[in-house]
Amino acid sequence: MSEIDLTAHPKDSFLQPQLDYQALEPRALKSGFLTGLTWIAAVLAAIPLFSVIYMLLAQGGTRLFGADVVEVLTGLPPAGFEVGGGIGPAIVGTLVMVGIASAISVPLGILAAIYLGVLDATSKLATTARFLAKVLTGFPSILAGVFVYAVIVIHWGYSALAGGIALAVLMLPTVVLAAEEAMAQVPQKMKDAAYGMGCTQTEVIWKVVLPTGLPGILTGVMLAVAGAAGESAPLLFTALFSNYFISELAEPTASLSILIYNFSGMPFENQIELAWTASLVLVLIVLTFNILARLVGRPKV
Amino acid sequence: MNATAEALFVAEPFQAAGDVVIDCNVNKIFYGDFLAVRDSTVPIEKKKITGFIGPSGCGKSTVLRSLNRMNDLISVFRFEGSVMYHGQDIYAKKVDPVVVRRYIGMVFQQPNPFSMSIFDNVAFGLRLNRYKGNIEERVEKALKRAALWKEVKDKLKNSGLSLSGGQQQRLCIARAIATEPDVLLMDEPCSALDPIATRQVEELMLELKENYTVALVTHNMQQATRVADTTAFFSVDISQGGRTGYLVEMGPTRQIFEAPREKLTKEYISGEFS
Repeated sequence: MSEIDLTAHPKDSFLQPQLDYQALEPRALKSGFLTGLTWIAAVLAAIPLFSVIYMLLAQGGTRLFGADVVEVLTGLPPAGFEVGGGIGPAIVGTLVMVGIASAISVPLGILAAIYLGVLDATSKLATTARFLAKVLTGFPSILAGVFVYAVIVIHWGYSALAGGIALAVLMLPTVVLAAEEAMAQVPQKMKDAAYGMGCTQTEVIWKVVLPTGLPGILTGVMLAVAGAAGESAPLLFTALFSNYFISELAEPTASLSILIYNFSGMPFENQIELAWTASLVLVLIVLTFNILARLVGRPKV
Repeated sequence: MNATAEALFVAEPFQAAGDVVIDCNVNKIFYGDFLAVRDSTVPIEKKKITGFIGPSGCGKSTVLRSLNRMNDLISVFRFEGSVMYHGQDIYAKKVDPVVVRRYIGMVFQQPNPFSMSIFDNVAFGLRLNRYKGNIEERVEKALKRAALWKEVKDKLKNSGLSLSGGQQQRLCIARAIATEPDVLLMDEPCSALDPIATRQVEELMLELKENYTVALVTHNMQQATRVADTTAFFSVDISQGGRTGYLVEMGPTRQIFEAPREKLTKEYISGEFS
């Protein structure tokens, strides 16, 4: 092993430069060691992810990809020792409540983000709102449930609407911050171009800032939707649960997350299997939304 | 010149020979408390290219951007004086700056196409103005005039951002002329371009002046000699402790470069200071 020291050589040694790989040279060893370390870390980090997906497919897949798939997806939850049954009401309930939450939080969040990111980014109101949104992203989700319980459920009872509102409270800060970030990244020169064409401020926002920031905004919305779809704590206080399909927004409503919570603790094989199936369905729903959002939000050109 | 108690230097007014489309009379331009430009009268002649030259910080871009009220987007900007556009002061209270910018278009230093297709970029202004005619025809015409049609005619659906820097700048010019504005302001349009693209844009400017009135800020004095009919030389005055730009001399480009009246102009064009 020879350490390369160019200064030690007389000038004419450059005529025969040593250019081959020196595998045992200290720097090469260090580099190889660190590369190996990051490689191992990457594998280790992937293990839990793959385990979860494997577990879901192995345990939940038996029913979902089995012969009674239609019953599983549309049937009512089984009682005690009953065999068969399904998670239909929970799927519909989750979709309805996430839909309500999105209908509230997405328009509100994007409009707020326009104010924070484009219209008046440095005003006191904007700074305060941004700070509060950041605090709220770390807000324990059960508190959103308790809040909606105190404000709505006490007066009007458990309902899908209350569940949707609780989820909206949780989604709002994520939507606001992601949309603000996406719109703040639209280059000033693009906005200048629009103003230079004779756009009003509204036209600049609608025709340039929103379309350009759309992929980022949708990513934020999808993150929020994925989070909300998996929430159970806030729904416990607001939507409760139901064994039947939802018929109106003002009644207690089933959701996948609560069904998973209820069934996984039961001493019956059938219910435990359905809990696994519900978990897999939840993951697939979130995945579908993600793919759809990417297709919709992809730049058109 | 002794500029102590006496009046500050003010350039001799330039008597334009032809029709003046924009008669810009800057009294003072402030950014907050900072006096950026003072006492500059710059008439922009119809269907000619008026070049603005001068060292950095001399206010030439500021004056150019005052001509279509782009500076209004900076909240601390304050303009004292008048900009008469076909006899109307665009700084009058009743004037809507948004409308002014539809008559007086702008091409920026950095190519800034929108993140949409080439076609949509050029059609943007037409749609904005709810153009009723054949949009495709106008887009093609604008791209042809901007000498970009041949290169993009088969990929109009591609993103404007997929083009090279020089093509992007020509796209921005096509976008600006698609709505057929009356005047085109160009703020150092070639500074981000290589020499070949620069030459193409310069040739384009010379063609554009058949139909448009152009005001051009340039850092490149050769560019001014190549394309400008009239040249305004600005300088920056640091004697008062500030950095205030002002017009030193304005005249036919030939006269400015071959027989400047002011010593400062002569020094600048011969490269004695920059």
